[in-house]
Amino acid sequence: MISSTSETILSIEDLHASVEDQEILHGVNLVVKEGEIHAIMGRNGSGKSTLSKVIAGHPSYKVLSGSILFKGKDILELEPEERARIGIFLGFQYPVEIPGVSNLEFLRVATNSRRKELLKSELDTFEFEDLVKEKLKIVEMDPAFLERSVNEGFSGGEKKRNEILQMALLEPVISILDETDSGLDIDALRIVASGINRLSQPNSATILITHYQRLLNEITPDFVHIMADGKIIKTGNKELAIDLEKKGYEFIDKNAKEKEMAK
Amino acid sequence: MKSSTICQEWLNSLPPTGGYLKNEQSIGREFLLEKGMPSKKDEAWRLSNLNKLNSFLSLPRIIDNKDMKSIFPEKDENRERIIINPNKNPILNINLPNGIENLNNREIEDNIGKIVKSTNIKNDISVYLNQASSLELLALKVKRNFNQSLEIVIPSIEGKSISTRIFLLIEEGAKLDLLQIFTGKNNSAQNHLIEIKLEPKVELTHGLISLGEKKESSSICTLAVEQSEQSKYSLHSIHHGWDYARYEPRIIQSAGEASTFIKGLQVTKLKEQIATHSLIRFEGPNGKLDQLQKAVASEYSHCIFNGSIEVPQKAQKTEAAQLSRNLLLSKRARIDTKPELEIVADDVKCTHGATVSQLQDEELFYLLSRGIDNHHANSLLLKGYYDEVISHFPKSARKWNFIEKLIQDVKK
Repeated sequence: MISSTSETILSIEDLHASVEDQEILHGVNLVVKEGEIHAIMGRNGSGKSTLSKVIAGHPSYKVLSGSILFKGKDILELEPEERARIGIFLGFQYPVEIPGVSNLEFLRVATNSRRKELLKSELDTFEFEDLVKEKLKIVEMDPAFLERSVNEGFSGGEKKRNEILQMALLEPVISILDETDSGLDIDALRIVASGINRLSQPNSATILITHYQRLLNEITPDFVHIMADGKIIKTGNKELAIDLEKKGYEFIDKNAKEKEMAK
Repeated sequence: MKSSTICQEWLNSLPPTGGYLKNEQSIGREFLLEKGMPSKKDEAWRLSNLNKLNSFLSLPRIIDNKDMKSIFPEKDENRERIIINPNKNPILNINLPNGIENLNNREIEDNIGKIVKSTNIKNDISVYLNQASSLELLALKVKRNFNQSLEIVIPSIEGKSISTRIFLLIEEGAKLDLLQIFTGKNNSAQNHLIEIKLEPKVELTHGLISLGEKKESSSICTLAVEQSEQSKYSLHSIHHGWDYARYEPRIIQSAGEASTFIKGLQVTKLKEQIATHSLIRFEGPNGKLDQLQKAVASEYSHCIFNGSIEVPQKAQKTEAAQLSRNLLLSKRARIDTKPELEIVADDVKCTHGATVSQLQDEELFYLLSRGIDNHHANSLLLKGYYDEVISHFPKSARKWNFIEKLIQDVKK
């Protein structure tokens, strides 16, 4: 889906960010264009989830320097809800349980916030139920989950399906999916992956944060980035993920060392 | 505790004792004449804003019919409504549903005041204030094995102080779904005393919606319930919008072997103070209690919860759980919560806990990250927090718009 005329959706330049006064990101550079699927891999603690939270505007994370442009516009001054409304979607690694808040109501309010931004009419309860029933099919989710509290008592797989359902409803321009494959059995992984594939559009993009090649067997990335110590240290295509799966992160460390020596 | 001029003046202003509450009126007045109003030295009133308590004594009590102009939502088809007019005998002009009757004089005499007395509260000011001033009584019985729904509405009157008194006898095997609504208008005070006797095998679901709708409204509500064996009592309450409110549910399982479920919510803002002082006593074995008390305090307000549970020697195999959960939305607001368990029996399961927290940042971020604005996200979280209590009210109770009021008023 990539073409030479594709517009840049997300451009991150020399991004440094911290949480609780500890610098986690040490100069991330990343450009994502329309139609692209990027995978970010890396060891635990390499900064992958931090990067996703910083893009979404989590208030606990502080940007120290660098920039994040969304369609050419600086988003660092935008609140998380404003970023979501212009089309930035974060699929949570651990979706939050909110007791007492109906999933259906939450989804409707969120959908209407985005629709307002897109200058579409807000949906009343009945119109929304029709829409959500349609979207449920994408993730093969039981409508009974709509009646429950947000993510409360959902299994790991159900929570991730609920995330993809939100993605389907919000129609984001860029989706950053943080370890959407974790905690999923093979069948659930296929359902979630097929949902993500169906939702990919020529004018949208996806960043998959993952540890495993198995998700990338289902969703073919255009670029694979390896993160280490708060930076992207290597970028390649799907083959890089396959190599990584075979050889482990030590092979990256070795490559990096050799490069260092050559200097 | 000492007499105050305002208290004496108030007592002097009351009409002479009379009617079937004559004896009760004398008890209340004699106590107040001797002891007066509470002071900070009285443990049960230590945290109470005593200045606000004075409105019960300083506001006029004479009510003209033209004062009664409350407008209420339409009543439910399946639920008979009683609107209490504190000026008149409240049981006049009421169509009591089949299975609910007025108590006769003998039954009133046999029962009135006994349950509240059995709660043994020392210097029981809330009750004495009511006894001294209540002139009329709504006394009903739900007949054996009947299954009924009832709504009792007590409107407040602007610029006035009122007292109401209710007695309900629920006969063996009967089921009652009772909804009570108190509303408070500008510069008003109200004191309610409700006694309920549950005979064996009775099931009572009791929703209590107490909404101070305007500025400077005060409320005291004492609810004394006696549960016979194999009875089941579910009490759900909401207190919101009062400048000053004190709610004292007291439940005595007279022979144990009964179940009590309590879900309470109090929400304060501005400089309001709302307090719940609950007492549950087991007078026999195998009693059960599940109590959840929630509070939300914002701005400069103050929420108080004092939860007594008494398990004497004869109450073996009691299972009681009490949880006080509190949400503090402002640094200047205050929450005091105190569980008081007095357990003498040795073969019991009793648990209690108290938490004070703020709205969870991760929950809030999750909602914001979906494009929901801050105000709406906070409202959703609050609604979620209230849900554990409000979900127990019948759907028809929503027409009193309490959910909207609970949410729209809260500021940090």
